[in-house]
Amino acid sequence: MSTPTISAPRSKVGKSNFELNSWLFMRGSGLLLVVLVFGHLFVNLMVGKGIQAIDFAFVAGKWANPFWQVWDLAMLWLAMLHGTNGLRTIINDYATKANTAFTLKTLLYFASAATIVLGTLVIFTFDPCIDPNSTLDVCTNR
Amino acid sequence: MWSWVAHRITGVSIFFFLFAHVIDTAMVRVSPETYNIAVETYKNPIVGVMEIGLVAAVLFHALNGIRIVLVDFWSNGPRYQRQMTYGAGVIFLVLFVPFVIRHLTNVFGH
Repeated sequence: MSTPTISAPRSKVGKSNFELNSWLFMRGSGLLLVVLVFGHLFVNLMVGKGIQAIDFAFVAGKWANPFWQVWDLAMLWLAMLHGTNGLRTIINDYATKANTAFTLKTLLYFASAATIVLGTLVIFTFDPCIDPNSTLDVCTNR
Repeated sequence: MWSWVAHRITGVSIFFFLFAHVIDTAMVRVSPETYNIAVETYKNPIVGVMEIGLVAAVLFHALNGIRIVLVDFWSNGPRYQRQMTYGAGVIFLVLFVPFVIRHLTNVFGH
């Protein structure tokens, strides 16, 4: 009896590792998001007066500090990409018609890109003194 | 199996909320008044109670996600996956109960 021959793996040349990379990204971004989102919820909802304290001045106070700008920016990008990739997987699983899957994913990518751009612009162009009559400290002391 | 289903449901729910949350925060670029009106919605008692559901979804998704990472990357992960499910349940309660008390106090006690 001859040893069964195992055919060599079919060529991987030019094949992308996208699915492996996105699988890894979900785990890496997920762990970072646990820290970012728990910190966000703790500072905004648990400390002080919690949700009652949140208003324009609260946001101005937070974003006066680059630490919170970077925190929120990282949270925005990671959460959007994590969620987009998650929904992409779900569409692949449940939308059996190729056209339906394509349409849904196109919509998803446009909505995600628009939201990431919007959120990024908001963080970077935020102006605490957008109201010329503002009584906030940063606006009256200059 | 059920944690897998719940992971998907909570994930999609949080993701859809995220779109709304980026848009309400974007109101800071319109005017302080517009932002304050938008954020006032979150202080409404009915929405305030819905936020408890949102935080429950975030906590479940985060803790179950950590369990998935441990099953995938820790050599003993698959063997202890059931114990880790119970562990996640305990941590969930430890974090969730204080949050509910604190949040309800803030929403209704002003």
